[in-house]
Amino acid sequence: MHVHESDSSPAISVTGLVKSYGSVRALAGIDLEAAPGTVLAVLGPNGAGKTTAVRVLTTLLRPDAGSARVAGLDVVENAARLRAKIGLAGQYAAVDDNLTGVENLVMVGRLYGLRRSAARRRAGELLERFDLSESSDRVAKSYSGGMRRRLDLAAALVARPPVLFLDEPTTGLDPRSRLHLWATIEGLVADGTTVLLTTQYLDEADRLAHRIAVIDRGEVIAEGTADELKDRVGGERVEVTLTHPAASHAAVSALADMTDEPPQTEGELIRVAVQARSGAIMDAARRLDRAGVGVEDIAVRRPTLDDVFLSLTGHAAEIDDEVEVAA
Amino acid sequence: MTRLVPDTLVMAERNLVRLPRAPDLLLGFTVQPIMFVLLFVYVFGGAIETPGYDDYVDFLIPGILAQNIAFGGFVTALGLAEDMTKGLIDRFRSLPTARASVLAGRTVADVVTNTLSIVVLLVTGLIIGFGFDAGPLEVLAGVGLLLLFGFAFSWIFALIGLSVSSPEAANGIGFTLIFPITFISSAFVPVESMPAGLQEVAAANPVSTVVDGLRSLWLGTPAGDDIWLSVVWCVVLVAVFAPLAVAKYRKTAAR
Repeated sequence: MHVHESDSSPAISVTGLVKSYGSVRALAGIDLEAAPGTVLAVLGPNGAGKTTAVRVLTTLLRPDAGSARVAGLDVVENAARLRAKIGLAGQYAAVDDNLTGVENLVMVGRLYGLRRSAARRRAGELLERFDLSESSDRVAKSYSGGMRRRLDLAAALVARPPVLFLDEPTTGLDPRSRLHLWATIEGLVADGTTVLLTTQYLDEADRLAHRIAVIDRGEVIAEGTADELKDRVGGERVEVTLTHPAASHAAVSALADMTDEPPQTEGELIRVAVQARSGAIMDAARRLDRAGVGVEDIAVRRPTLDDVFLSLTGHAAEIDDEVEVAA
Repeated sequence: MTRLVPDTLVMAERNLVRLPRAPDLLLGFTVQPIMFVLLFVYVFGGAIETPGYDDYVDFLIPGILAQNIAFGGFVTALGLAEDMTKGLIDRFRSLPTARASVLAGRTVADVVTNTLSIVVLLVTGLIIGFGFDAGPLEVLAGVGLLLLFGFAFSWIFALIGLSVSSPEAANGIGFTLIFPITFISSAFVPVESMPAGLQEVAAANPVSTVVDGLRSLWLGTPAGDDIWLSVVWCVVLVAVFAPLAVAKYRKTAAR
């Protein structure tokens, strides 16, 4: 156990982390853990405490209580040594607008202690990898949003950090840039990097994360794989939209013996939990046809993380806490 | 701590490389000071009595240089405020760099831009009739004193830049604080021409000490204690404001 401690111990390990701003408890004692070479997604709405958690883990903020270790180093006790082992890319692409792409990366490289020539070599590699070579001598303010974000991520990777923190890496990006960035993150993880990413996008967590911690109001309210979280709200179901809501009683009795659970109705919408996906739509359609019920639409739906979030928190993921406070 | 010098140089280089790409700032070191010199000499000059000096331009040049150099640190305040709003300070703090290097890189870069300002203003002054009554050593000593004075004020501006929420606020607060400090001094008019009360303030103002020290170096006016007192003032300002700014940097940036 002690011989290969760095191999077996988690890359990120957080216990009972607390951080308050005045009377506001941004983190109310969270626990997180990520194994080396995996992606941990911290999922939650604005104001849930995601960014605060990242700031504590990247040594920018001292916690009030609890402990956090990253790459085997304590974020408070070993802050200076830890900084050489982490990369941070944020929501606001932190690049210098008045420096070119290459100047930005060379500056960061030299601040990591590389010599100028080594920093320049590394900058060239990263610009190539992030498809920025052609724009490397243009100032960053001429870059598109997606290019800036790639440059920001490249800056976080200059020192080949074993642990990478991405604070809402795709917020505000167009769909194409998002897909591009996702592919890049997957590549990094394939190379052994541990990634903690925060996101408000459920599909992002679903696609990238090995494990997901759902946080709300500074607390972890659920933790597990995407599938484990989805199982919490039940399996697949057939959703039937009726032409007339008045026919819902007839529809429910027609569909009732498809499943053990009673179908749920909501206006013209009927949900039936099913065991097997195959044949479920045909079966439901035949039953409704026989009963003479008019159908607008039938679909099989797997629960999404949206459903998970809604059932866990009682409010949808999109709801902004600031809006709630103001309301 | 061994990283302080190399990291500071990297940061200073960054601040200087980006400067010509923000032309509005560059205008502040070049065209604007020339405009002020011309306005003061030709608009106010005729109305201001400066007994003991050949000409108002002789009296003015050391004063307006000191005023300009005091404001040289504005770039530091604006730059730090901008770096904070853009998240660059977070990036720097997440890197294994010496803590003071982000600020020292700013104040060191200011020394370079201040040198540029001094050259521009001295050339302008010489063209419109300013004349040294001093040897090359005294001239250089005066330039050195100005640079030290500018460095001290850069640390004050660093503290201002870190204490505000936006570059606009840095601009407003910096101007409101520093403008009166430079004006209630012997920079533009003889202190004796001010009302009682203000005279004492102006006489105690380190800007006056520096300006009078500069006049004695460049024009041969009686020095008194002004030269060595100027140096003491600058050292004290750095000794007070540099640690304050660094402490503020550790805390403020950790919002």
